[in-house]
Amino acid sequence: MSEPNEQTHNGEHHIVGPAVYVTILFALLIGTGLTVWASFLELGPWNPVIALAIATTKAMLVVLFFMHVKYSTKLTKLTVFSGIFMFLVLISMTLADYISRAWGSW
Amino acid sequence: MPDSPVMAHQTEETGHNADNHLDQHPSYLRHHFNSIEQQADASNFAMWLFLLTEVMFFGGLFAAYLIYRNWYYPAFVAGSHQLNVIWGTTNTFVLILSSFTMAMGVWCAETRRKSGLVLCLILTFILGLGFLGIKTIEYSEKIEKHHVPGTHFSLQSFVDPVSDPEIFKEYHDKPLALDMARHTELYFSLYFLMTGMHALHMIIGIGILGFMIVRARAGAYTSGHVTFVENFGLYWHFVDVVWIYLFALLYLISRHQ
Repeated sequence: MSEPNEQTHNGEHHIVGPAVYVTILFALLIGTGLTVWASFLELGPWNPVIALAIATTKAMLVVLFFMHVKYSTKLTKLTVFSGIFMFLVLISMTLADYISRAWGSW
Repeated sequence: MPDSPVMAHQTEETGHNADNHLDQHPSYLRHHFNSIEQQADASNFAMWLFLLTEVMFFGGLFAAYLIYRNWYYPAFVAGSHQLNVIWGTTNTFVLILSSFTMAMGVWCAETRRKSGLVLCLILTFILGLGFLGIKTIEYSEKIEKHHVPGTHFSLQSFVDPVSDPEIFKEYHDKPLALDMARHTELYFSLYFLMTGMHALHMIIGIGILGFMIVRARAGAYTSGHVTFVENFGLYWHFVDVVWIYLFALLYLISRHQ
């Protein structure tokens, strides 16, 4: 950015500029259009998979750029990653329990 | 010159300098932090810890939704068909735009653009209200059709889909047996719980935005201390992320049977 009063390197603090935000905004808008369009297609079991894949891509863009995790300290990166990892562990263990309860009885 | 007096002198000097340095620190540096960077890192870390507790909180609701959707799949599909994809999509666009204006607000605060910050916060405020307005339209449709869980809950749209022509002409749902149809109430319980908790987060966020607009007009966030705006930005984007998943799970994945 060439604005005179913008400090690109203010210690460790990285300022994310409008160009990045506009790019991410358009990516998110396109992603939303794409996921709505995909929901009208008859894809059987792939409908939820595609919807969740697009949602996860959009969420990652928000977390990395709008929430500055890409430009954050290692502490923040590790915190976010371990939190999401823990969440996925809990979700998959819970679902594994419910899916395997009736194992063999269908 | 012997070493020790020099050392002592230096220590004294450094001590004196350090005192001067402290005096020069901005008023918003709390005394228990060594530097602005340390303070900013600590508050960013703490904000993320709070957001992770929020992830776990919404995560419980998502887990319940996924399990019940697998158990009572036809009821959840029929329930989902009652949601209006056009309203849902509009709201997704509104919320993504509000996240963008909030991100621009953080940039304005960081680069000390006061009027830009005020404008961004006001736009975020209006878009947030717009989201809640559309949600109100959707909720009132559910109230009119007696799709709010409770004593007035009606199974008519599910045991007799033809009686609900607007939905029927789009999806041609087959009637559900009574015991399966009853589980649509579970779908709507989770729908109102999840979107309701999300809307509550929006209402709290809009309240804080109102407070921030007043403070920003007084120049509070454009003199170098941007922590509050940044951390609020994180909260607002988190609420956006929750909606991205709610939109996919509640509106989109059950359009086909």
